[in-house]
Amino acid sequence: MNRKKLQKLTDSLTKNCKHFNKFEVKCLINLFYNLVGDVTERQGVVVGLDRNAFRNILHMTFGMTDDMIMDRVFRGFDKDNDGCITVSEWVYGLSVFLRGTLEEKMKYCFAVFDLNGDGFISKEEMFHMLKNSLLKQPSEEDPDEGIKDLVEITLRKMDHDHDGKLSFADYEQAVREETLLLEAFGPCLPDPKSQKEFEAQVFKDPNEFNEV
Amino acid sequence: MINEINEDSSVLTILDKITKDDDPEGEIKMKIALLLKQLDLHLLNRSLKNISLEIRLNPGTVKNDIELLKRFSGKGEQTVLESIEYTSDYEFSNGCRAPPWRQIQGEICYVLVKPHDAETLCITCSKEGVFLNGGKTDDEGEINYERKGEIYKDLVTLLREKSAKFSENMSQQEGRFNEEQQKEKDQPNEAPEEEAAALRKASTASRRSALEKKQISLGRSQMTKRLEPSLNWKTTVDAKENKSSLRDTQEEKHGGRLEKSRPSTSPGRAQLIRKSAEKIEEIISESSSESEEDEEPPDHLQEANADLPSEYWQIQKLVKYLKGGNQTATVIALCSMKDFNLAQETCQLAIRDVGGLEVLINLLETDEVKCKIGSLKILKEISRNPQIRRNIVDLGGLPVMVNILDSPHKSLKCLAAETIANVAKFRRAWRAVRRHGGITKLVALLDCRRPSAEPAQPGLYEARDGEVAHCGALALWSCSKSYANKEAIRRAGGIPLLARLLKTSCEDMLIPVVATLQECASEEKYRAAIKAERIIENLVKNLSSENKQLQEHCATAICQCAEDEETRDLVRLRGGLRPLASLLSNTDNKERLAAVTGAIWKCSISKENVTKFREYKAIEALVGLLTDQPEEVLVNAVGALGECCQEPEGRVTVRKRGGIQPLVDLLVGTNRALLVNVTKAVGACAVEPESMMIIDHLDGVRLLWSLLKNPHPDVKASAAWALCPCIQNAKDAGEMVRSFVGGLELVVNLLKSDNKEVLASVCAAITNIAKDQENLAVITDHGVVPLLSKLANTNNDKLRRHLAEAISRCCMWGRNRVAFGKHKAVAPLVRNLKSNDTNVHRATAQALYQLSEDADNCITMHENGAVKLLLHMVGSPDQDLQEAAAGCISNIRRLALATEKARHT
Repeated sequence: MNRKKLQKLTDSLTKNCKHFNKFEVKCLINLFYNLVGDVTERQGVVVGLDRNAFRNILHMTFGMTDDMIMDRVFRGFDKDNDGCITVSEWVYGLSVFLRGTLEEKMKYCFAVFDLNGDGFISKEEMFHMLKNSLLKQPSEEDPDEGIKDLVEITLRKMDHDHDGKLSFADYEQAVREETLLLEAFGPCLPDPKSQKEFEAQVFKDPNEFNEV
Repeated sequence: MINEINEDSSVLTILDKITKDDDPEGEIKMKIALLLKQLDLHLLNRSLKNISLEIRLNPGTVKNDIELLKRFSGKGEQTVLESIEYTSDYEFSNGCRAPPWRQIQGEICYVLVKPHDAETLCITCSKEGVFLNGGKTDDEGEINYERKGEIYKDLVTLLREKSAKFSENMSQQEGRFNEEQQKEKDQPNEAPEEEAAALRKASTASRRSALEKKQISLGRSQMTKRLEPSLNWKTTVDAKENKSSLRDTQEEKHGGRLEKSRPSTSPGRAQLIRKSAEKIEEIISESSSESEEDEEPPDHLQEANADLPSEYWQIQKLVKYLKGGNQTATVIALCSMKDFNLAQETCQLAIRDVGGLEVLINLLETDEVKCKIGSLKILKEISRNPQIRRNIVDLGGLPVMVNILDSPHKSLKCLAAETIANVAKFRRAWRAVRRHGGITKLVALLDCRRPSAEPAQPGLYEARDGEVAHCGALALWSCSKSYANKEAIRRAGGIPLLARLLKTSCEDMLIPVVATLQECASEEKYRAAIKAERIIENLVKNLSSENKQLQEHCATAICQCAEDEETRDLVRLRGGLRPLASLLSNTDNKERLAAVTGAIWKCSISKENVTKFREYKAIEALVGLLTDQPEEVLVNAVGALGECCQEPEGRVTVRKRGGIQPLVDLLVGTNRALLVNVTKAVGACAVEPESMMIIDHLDGVRLLWSLLKNPHPDVKASAAWALCPCIQNAKDAGEMVRSFVGGLELVVNLLKSDNKEVLASVCAAITNIAKDQENLAVITDHGVVPLLSKLANTNNDKLRRHLAEAISRCCMWGRNRVAFGKHKAVAPLVRNLKSNDTNVHRATAQALYQLSEDADNCITMHENGAVKLLLHMVGSPDQDLQEAAAGCISNIRRLALATEKARHT
């Protein structure tokens, strides 16, 4: 990609992204193209990270392990649902992922947890997301009993309108009361430590580097 | 071995004899002799075995020694050591504190001893004896167990060798020390120390061998009761004593901050008392861990499962998820647990009883920020329960929380500090926080001006810097109740930071900051720093705040700081007296009222302040507080009136406002601090004849007199001081004094006290009593002369002065002058002329003048070089001193001339 185009891309992305400055956007774009590899852009072919490549990043860089959640995070980044994260999706996604406000993060997390995208997190979805969260105790008759109970506990805590499923309003209210519930059904945001490392690595000031 | 050889050889010789001598009778005799000999040897062997065991130290004796030394350690010149501490808090069930792999070597424990005149010594106490080891490495590290010096037979011997100051002070303390040891030994015999110690060891061991069975069963019962692991009877007794004394100090403490801040008559002395009490507390806490169990009400465990509330089961389930869940499940369980009413004891105890505390504390050690936050949020709430606090400390929760204070996440820091603030409400916790560097970290939290490299977008779990400082201050407030922590806060540079925070106007912030300062202001160094940091003006400013609690803390802090004269002036100059006086009108909030009256009391020690208080009508208000107030308020109000009445205007105001009646009524109380202050106030009023009439009318003198029987020396002394102006100003004082049946005998017997203040005050009272000839005759009959003579050997200037005055008064009767000479009062009096105090000079010269009327006394004076000293004093600007000195010299001279004349004729 030529310099001019890159400059233009950086400018347009910077304009639309409130959490990164120009320099940071540039860094992220560079990183994106490093990750994608040297693929020349052609008309009609989307250049981007596919599901596997992205999941790999989530796993290696941000220490995520839950397959389902990682899939959902990919979906969250992949706004146009084409199975491929483009450079703009990458920058926008990361802006929420790394620096989003509580509101943005709530929206993002809710979308991740709403597996079927119907606007509600149902009991089944919760069960699905929590099913690996407890150590299986062989002594127990029904190994799923604990999970079911956990789902009930969560509902009791978060389902304010008592309709047996979580709407965004329910979720938002619960999170505002207790921020810890933002990632109630699994870690879908970077933990502070890996976030710091990532930012430190990516947003290295080239000037600083030169001085050394 | 030697015995065996001896035995063998003796048997051989006996056998020899038997073979030589065939006499059957002789043979029988020999057999008997042989048997007896064997028995003898057997017995000797047995006892030798026992004795060789006894010479070794055992954990019990070592513990006793260390505890005794602790009792006599601390700051100041009089103590034997600066400090003595175990290196390890944990005591094994056998009484040892050394790690098990060292116990195999016979080592019992390690102590760090700081003598007054040497570096800290690290000492190993082992069964073989006591020796210096390689010392403790600096960084919290291991002890170098290698022996570095000679082996001594016990700790005291070693310390005598290593520290001259110790052995010097030890010999001074010897009496007390021995007494204590004696008490501990519960052996009434007067054997010298070492012998007694040996005896004690022997008795322990003989019990061990002879009553082994009993011992075992005793041991078992001890185990079940979780008593002292030592097999010593005395230690159990001792522990009980400790416990009761601890309970006393506890009670004093739990009596409330108010009582704590209640100083006694002389400013500074209260400080001392409090400090030493605190020291004792510290010592007790360091020494006996089991007695701490008594501090709080015992656990009442859930009695029957049937009665368990439903919360119990729900919490149990949640704890199960905490244990077996991943991060997500843990967070859900934590959030759900947080929804229980954690202020309720059932829930608090349920969490503990199902093992939740362990899990919560474990979570703090993970890397998961969310889990830590959730866990701390719960711990913060449930740690309001005193039992839970102890459990948290027992589980080692504090070091973990202290570590979290370093976290980059401010909200975590806040929560950890808040939890520490709740947990650190007792000594073991204070110590734990300090030992793990918590104080330094908490002080660092106060520093909120540092521009932190904050990310543009604050994280989800971040808090404001101000909030962090607030939480830090809260935790410091809790921790600042221990002396060592106060010192640690100061050393960590906490005072300037607190001073800076004091400039804010946020009440939430100000309360813990002022409260911390108030706690710390009990220390001299703090008061100096508070002055230097210009904290007083901010305290004064906040007196006018709207917040009652803040006002209370400010007033208490001023009360503490106003021990210092400059500070008292500062309070006045900064306009602090008016708000104090105006706060007197609001009597609803007793805590605040007590604090305010305390501050007024301390401030009124300066005369200028009294003038101001009069202007603000504070005296009238104080008189109004003499009835229907809690003791804390009364103590301070009466103390303040006592100071105000030192001025004639104050006395008049108190009388006119009808303050004398309630004051005299308070003389029948039992509160020691109150009695000290009331007697002082009544004494001050009695200076004015009109007030004296009222006091006399109310039978106040009799009440004062009966306070001479009070068990507390400071009450006795204060009552005796108060009696002086009463006797001076009462009409028919002589008659009045005589009317108290047994009163004079009581006063004379008080001269046997060993409290210098009591002695001085009683001497002053006797001076006044002796003005009446008839009373002087009575006290002479009660033996006042020998008792006074005995006191002459003192180095206390106050006592010297009043004693000399009493002696010169008592010379006025019969052959008392001769009697003083006979009881050897003259020579020490002459020595007292070398004092630096002119009051002592005057009184002593007057006494000597009186005594010099007797020829023998003149000779004694001359022999002791009185003339030279007196000649010097003739040149003094003090006329009375001049006169007395000159009179005395002339008496001596006259005697000399007369002798010379007699020789010539």
